[in-house]
Amino acid sequence: MNIALNFVAMKTIVRKEMVRVMRIWIQTIVPPAITMTLYFIIFGNLIGRRIGTMDGFDYMQYIAPGLIMMSVITNSYGNVVSSFFGAKFGRHLEEMLIAPMSNATIILGHVAGGVLRGLLVGLLVTIVALFFTRLEVQHPFVTMSVVLLSSIVFSLMGFINAVFAKKFDDISIVPTFVLTPLTYLGGVFYSISLLPEFWQKVSMANPILYMVNAFRYGILGASDISIGVAYAILVVFVVILFSACLLLLNRGVGIRE
Amino acid sequence: MQALTIRNLTKTYANGNVALKGINFSVDAGDFYALLGPNGAGKTTAIGIISSLVNKTGGEVEIFGHNIDTDLEAAKTCIGLVPQEVNLNLWEGVHNIIMNQAGYYGLGRKLAGERTEKYLRALRLWDRRNDNARSLSGGMKRRLMIARALVHEPKLLILDEPTAGVDIEIRRSMWEFLREINEAGTTIILTTHYLEEAESLCRHVAIIDEGTIIEDARMSTVLRKLQREVFVLSLAKPLEAAPQLEGFETTLRDDCELEVDKGPEVNLNDLFSQLDARGIEVVSLRNKANRLEELFMRLVENKQDGFKEVAGA
Repeated sequence: MNIALNFVAMKTIVRKEMVRVMRIWIQTIVPPAITMTLYFIIFGNLIGRRIGTMDGFDYMQYIAPGLIMMSVITNSYGNVVSSFFGAKFGRHLEEMLIAPMSNATIILGHVAGGVLRGLLVGLLVTIVALFFTRLEVQHPFVTMSVVLLSSIVFSLMGFINAVFAKKFDDISIVPTFVLTPLTYLGGVFYSISLLPEFWQKVSMANPILYMVNAFRYGILGASDISIGVAYAILVVFVVILFSACLLLLNRGVGIRE
Repeated sequence: MQALTIRNLTKTYANGNVALKGINFSVDAGDFYALLGPNGAGKTTAIGIISSLVNKTGGEVEIFGHNIDTDLEAAKTCIGLVPQEVNLNLWEGVHNIIMNQAGYYGLGRKLAGERTEKYLRALRLWDRRNDNARSLSGGMKRRLMIARALVHEPKLLILDEPTAGVDIEIRRSMWEFLREINEAGTTIILTTHYLEEAESLCRHVAIIDEGTIIEDARMSTVLRKLQREVFVLSLAKPLEAAPQLEGFETTLRDDCELEVDKGPEVNLNDLFSQLDARGIEVVSLRNKANRLEELFMRLVENKQDGFKEVAGA
């Protein structure tokens, strides 16, 4: 494999993705900022004041890491699924498929684009959060590594969704019926210690719970789950999902006749 | 050196449609090669496999000696593709489209910028470089796809109906451009429904029908196989009836237009001698139908048996 060629090609995909994000900033950057501001006002401020504390933190402070993580996850996923499916639908994906770059480069370029948008929106939501509450990062490395790995995981999931999608409806089904429920049930707004024991065990099967809690641990120093388990799950997900993406592209599933 | 070698290439789609039934052909480096056939004959499938957009069922493809099964990266580097359907990102700027394509082939930003300017100027799109692709006319989009295919300066350029829907003036200027890059050393494979285009540009022709190659030869050789030609003569003075000319069949289309059917055993000098002897003055002469088109129709309609008839075999 020509490493220099693939490096230039990957940079090109990332640049193209960022140009796209900035070109349609009103669709990519602004909505999550507005949505999260509403979350902070309604759940954090209006309702949160009646809830009191959660795991020793005021409610606004408790939900802030989860809301940041939620925006990172949905934007990473959304960027890759819409960009890759759009390219497939408009057939300009062929520009990449006929080029000599490897399939791994195509995946990495799109994932990097998804991660950058996720982190950009995450940063914006963090700035919004700082208007409502005080956040002091307790474990910077954990915070950064967890948000990065989570973003990669959901970018890869978005890629797989785009590979299988045949129409635009197909790229909204997973976010609506899988991603959003899992995120809401992933401990963004509550500690799972509030749940009955049975539902606590059910919640442990939700991968987003580990991401949200590990990120919350990085910022607040509090978590419902083991950080080691969260890292293990994230790394296993990255490896499995990347391998799946590569296998799909190598076989041409959904992109080659 | 062979630019392209195809051996026993087969393709059966998931729905059971057999698009290619074991085709064989090769293209010499530097050639201008026409791949012709009716709709659904297998041209686009063959091109899709060569450019790795379609998975083959069987057979081998080599591009400048690089087998696509074992050396795909090198094979891809040699190819530039202008597909049949517009596959541009219509929301992307013209300049960005070419720059991105250059990046996908590993060209650094500086070289990519130079090449982008070179080919956008060559294809008369430089003034539209900041516009979105969707704002371009159909002909401009076709030219943009050619610029995109050339930005990494491939050794083999494949054009799948590049002039479809393009007006005559633009088409002619595209022909001129393609001739120039071919003369500069780029091997070109062209599919087109404008057979005049193939006859004018290409030195070699293959005709594919129902997934099988039914003709593959030099253009001049193929055209020689066409035994009869029909000419239309414009006359200076009107005639009352078609003249009887030895060796020719004549029909009067109207007072001043004579149609002459010419066999292989006579030449045009005979025709003019006989017309001269009868005091018939010819103002101009033209082929009734494009020669390649006529041959193409006979081949496709009659397949192998018909071809023997045409060739007199």
